[in-house]
Amino acid sequence: MSDLVAKDLSMVFDVDTGGQVHALNNVNFTLKSGELLSVLGPSGCGKTTLLNIIAGFNHPTGGAVYLGDEEIKGPGVNRGMVFQQGALFEWLTVSENVDFGLRMKGTDPKKSKKMVDEWLDIVGLAGFGDIPTYQLSGGMQQRIALARCLINDPDLILMDEPLGALDALTREKMQSLVLKIWKETGKTIMIITHSVEEALLLGERLFVMAPRPGRLHKEYNLPFAERGVTEDTRDIKNSEEFIETREEILTMIWDMEEEIMGQV
Amino acid sequence: MFEFLFEYRGFIVGTIFIALIATVIWAILYGRNLIRTEKSDAVFGNPERALGGWHWVMTGVSAILIVWIYFSWDAARAFNPKAANELCQVGKLSSAINPIRSTFPLDDGFLKGTSLLVRENKQLNELADQVERLGFSDAEKSQAKETIDLMRKAIIGMTSPEYLDSATDAKFKEIVSRIDGLTAKLADQNYPGDPTAEQIAAAEKNPRWGDSGNEIPAAPASPRGYKFDAAAKEMKTITSDFSKIRNNNSNFLAQVEKLKGQIASLDTLVKASPGTDELLIANRADFVKGLTRVLRRVDDGNIFPPDALNNIQNALVKLDNEQKSQQGGLRYYDILMMPGGEIRAGSSSCSEQGSGRWLPKPSDTLRTFARISNPEIGYKGYPLLWYKMKPFGEMVDFIIPDFIASLVPGDYPRHDTNGIVTPNFKSKVRDFATGNFESFKVPMPSGHVWDSLLRVLAGLFFGIILGVPLGLFMGLSRFSKGFFDPLIELYRPVPPLAWAPLILTIFGIGDDGKIFLLFMVAFAIMVISARTGATGTHLSKIHAAHSLGATNRQILRKVILPNSLPEILTGIRIAIGVCWGTLVAAEMLAGTTGIGFVENVARKQSDYEIIWTTIIILGLLGLLFDLMMRWVIDKFIPWRGKG
Repeated sequence: MSDLVAKDLSMVFDVDTGGQVHALNNVNFTLKSGELLSVLGPSGCGKTTLLNIIAGFNHPTGGAVYLGDEEIKGPGVNRGMVFQQGALFEWLTVSENVDFGLRMKGTDPKKSKKMVDEWLDIVGLAGFGDIPTYQLSGGMQQRIALARCLINDPDLILMDEPLGALDALTREKMQSLVLKIWKETGKTIMIITHSVEEALLLGERLFVMAPRPGRLHKEYNLPFAERGVTEDTRDIKNSEEFIETREEILTMIWDMEEEIMGQV
Repeated sequence: MFEFLFEYRGFIVGTIFIALIATVIWAILYGRNLIRTEKSDAVFGNPERALGGWHWVMTGVSAILIVWIYFSWDAARAFNPKAANELCQVGKLSSAINPIRSTFPLDDGFLKGTSLLVRENKQLNELADQVERLGFSDAEKSQAKETIDLMRKAIIGMTSPEYLDSATDAKFKEIVSRIDGLTAKLADQNYPGDPTAEQIAAAEKNPRWGDSGNEIPAAPASPRGYKFDAAAKEMKTITSDFSKIRNNNSNFLAQVEKLKGQIASLDTLVKASPGTDELLIANRADFVKGLTRVLRRVDDGNIFPPDALNNIQNALVKLDNEQKSQQGGLRYYDILMMPGGEIRAGSSSCSEQGSGRWLPKPSDTLRTFARISNPEIGYKGYPLLWYKMKPFGEMVDFIIPDFIASLVPGDYPRHDTNGIVTPNFKSKVRDFATGNFESFKVPMPSGHVWDSLLRVLAGLFFGIILGVPLGLFMGLSRFSKGFFDPLIELYRPVPPLAWAPLILTIFGIGDDGKIFLLFMVAFAIMVISARTGATGTHLSKIHAAHSLGATNRQILRKVILPNSLPEILTGIRIAIGVCWGTLVAAEMLAGTTGIGFVENVARKQSDYEIIWTTIIILGLLGLLFDLMMRWVIDKFIPWRGKG
């Protein structure tokens, strides 16, 4: 297992109207293997840019990211992605979607079939293998996306607002599922979210980012994720400590948003 | 093989016609009932409202067929097959009356004499205007004016009743009494008496209505027919006698003679002092010619005093009324069941005119279709769609390129001193590649339809094979987009037929040119649709595939290509339609087989049944292709628009 290290990470975009936007400015952090990190921040603070750089879809204009000893220079199998909208291949069935990565590697179909069944079982979709994905609900599609990513056994799982498009009830169930998978597989997971509650619950560590220039504003170490594995998540969300932290972070983000509005 | 059906065409078409009308009535009642009973009908604008509705499909199809059967007079033929023959006799009488009839203002326009008078006066006024402008000497001027005045007097000499001589008047009276006599005969039940043996024989030899194109059996075959036929013959003599009558009264003839002298002396006068201006000389000559021409027309004596022909007109009206009443029910059958035209008698035969001519009857069209579908007959010695036994070698020749023989080392064998050629390996390879060997025969489709189909499919095939990859690359690479875009966008908007003359010149009138033309059409459409599909791929899908470890090649094949399938299939659907259109037009330009060729030959021969047959074949093939593509789309991309 290997740690994720960001060193002096900067990202500057040229804007059409002239001038530049500092999406990221000197971001430094280390994510240890097996940690669960959630990243929170107002719109335009560079969360998605950070994730895209780690995934290898974009190249930083300054600094570098290392996974283990290797510098990240492009997309790779060792970093799995889960998107807001499943980004499933709708022309394939559920199991064909899940074993997409294995097929690309040329894994023996018999072996991969067994793995697909196992993973469908874990995400609670056993028996749905032959159904076309477009017939499934949003929550089920996100489960497929999760299974499709995990079957490749990545070192790091990157999630870009994975539960953003789901209804409240499904969202809670999925939060538990993410926690369960984190605990059972011991994977390093990085989740980007808009929801403060979700960030608190799904973050062993929590980065609050600030915009203009995009930077790490504050870091928290939180107990809720660990507790969420065993306890009922709704009880945790109602606990005094949870509410206190939530209000603190909400105020922080509100202030940032107001500052931006003021600038405009 | 369907000839026996044609024997009963009247019964079949009549039954179908009535059934179609019943279907329309049933479907309308059913539809109204459905609306009334479906209380939960969706609001306006809800697409659910357009679902279902087979009864409306039946109504639509029935309506088309009813219009076709009705306006092509197939219904008329089905319910009363003898009507056309009888109307042909009526038409004979009409065309016998018409020359006299058109002299009178019975349908529309002026009395013939009036319009002649107006025309001649107009000409004379124009000539009078010219007199001042032609630089005549005084003597010439007065001579010209005098001539024109004299001409006007001569015309008055014809229109004035006092000059009409008694012989002409007697001729008019004779015509009136002959027409009245004919009217009386028409009213007589026994006219013209029993048909002669010859007439009966001719009637028996009559073919059926429509057995030869749009010709109608001309020999009378019914009592009413005999009557009208005889009346037509008699009328013809009356007409020809009438047309010989001239207004040649002595006063008029004297004036004409005088006029001739006047014009001749004007001519000599003008020619005596021509002057030097060539244009004037020519114009003066024209002036004199113009005078001569007017005189020649006035000379015909076709203008009579205004009321001189009144009795003939009245007699004609009476005759017309009588022949209409003698037609009886036939007249209403003609108006009701034979819309959009009439049956007209020519000099030797009768034919359908109007929609009955250019819109062939469904039964005839089907018979023609059945006839040329017969591979033994076909069209221009080539079947529509059949099979042909072809040696397997021909296919080998087609598939294996001939140059592989040249790749074999060594030389071809030479003949030896005894004139014998011993084949070696190289020559054997060549024989194989050119299909020059004994082989079994396999059935291959052939025919006009197959040739057209093959051209479309070949053009489409190459268009897809080359267009889709290029389109995908253009959607993915800046170079391919920039490089190929101007090329394709420049040639695409040019209508394919504008390319046709050039391409047919380069590739010849065989299959190559047409296939290349269709390839051009299909290629542009496929490139554009594949490009749209490729650019429409959602970025997150590409990202997902990358992080799942797919290589660029795999992403192209497993993500971008399937993602573009809806656009590609829509492109194919459009391309098929455009290709058909282009192909038929190209086949009309050049070639010796294909549906377009058939239609073009039929057009030159005015063979409307074949024209409609090809139209129906094209329509059905288009429908078949579209249904096939719809099925393919439903079957292979049910996920379309659901990602």
